[in-house]
Amino acid sequence: MKRDILDRLQKARAEKRPTALVTDLTDGRQFLQVENSGSGELKLTPAQQAAVAEALAADRSGPLPEAPDLFVHVYNPPLRLLVVGAVHISQALVPMAQIAGYEVVVVDPRKAWANEERFPSVRLVDDWPDEAMRALAPDQRSAVVVLTHDPKLDDPALDIALNSSAFYVGALGSRKTHAKRLERLREAGLGDDALARIHAPIGLAIGAKSPSEVAISIMAEITQVLHRVPPLVRQPQPEAAQ
Amino acid sequence: MAEGRLAKATPTAGQAEDLLAEAARWRDEGHKVALATVVQTWGSSPRPVGSQLIVDDRLRLQGSVSGGCIEGAVVHEAQAIMAGAPPKLLEFGVSDEQAWDVGLACGGTVKVFVEGVE
Repeated sequence: MKRDILDRLQKARAEKRPTALVTDLTDGRQFLQVENSGSGELKLTPAQQAAVAEALAADRSGPLPEAPDLFVHVYNPPLRLLVVGAVHISQALVPMAQIAGYEVVVVDPRKAWANEERFPSVRLVDDWPDEAMRALAPDQRSAVVVLTHDPKLDDPALDIALNSSAFYVGALGSRKTHAKRLERLREAGLGDDALARIHAPIGLAIGAKSPSEVAISIMAEITQVLHRVPPLVRQPQPEAAQ
Repeated sequence: MAEGRLAKATPTAGQAEDLLAEAARWRDEGHKVALATVVQTWGSSPRPVGSQLIVDDRLRLQGSVSGGCIEGAVVHEAQAIMAGAPPKLLEFGVSDEQAWDVGLACGGTVKVFVEGVE
């Protein structure tokens, strides 16, 4: 790898621009694609450049299907997790998501909850959730979880998340709470397709009780959805069976 | 948008581990550096495509391309490349004689590209 390529790759990654490095495995020559423009010692045909763009969009590294000697290494910006609610569960969820490679933002206008003492190493946004979420603009590499248990904070955030291309939207609350939430959001004009995207009750059914266990179940569900693994059939909860 | 301070980056075990930055640092210190990248896998393999290992001329290692079963062979090739050999594509698998030697216990096949960092 030429130093010039390495430096440009690192710069593009630091600027969070979708980047792909193409290597000819027969001789090591390389081509760097940063967003829509590319250059390098290695020359690509327009068809190969299109295939590289496809690999970037699919976030999949590997050999080009039509030219297996060309290896595409995709460097997409990090996945993001937008957490609405600086609650106890969030204190466990934030470091877990960071360890899993997510860039995390916590949104909560309540200073008593969202402060550096409770959240020492994450970006805190103290705007009202609708304003904050509009600015954060969830995209297809974003997951959104709403955890405040307070409709006046949760609902506006959900409204924006469900109108975005976020790959995961989850909301804390029991089935009963969620049924009421669906009613409110339907009245606010959200359609059934949008509402069906909400993962609620949030998290995989692993019997989570403590805030950190709930955080594990949320992180597990986000991972499952990210990798498009079909969800396990949910077993009836013991409480519901009684 | 009002927001709190951006605290220092939290080191992560996932994608955020920046081996390329480390490779650049080692080069800047004047060391020869080789970079190994998993470019293809078949069957079960412990590390996905894109996983990387860096090694320098003092045999400092960072990252991984397997669960530890092929790292020795990869480092061996990396030493040749740091000594001036061209980049090389290595293949490890159960049908491969070398794999018996180095023991790819998971039973998969993996291709690893090793190159120098100039």
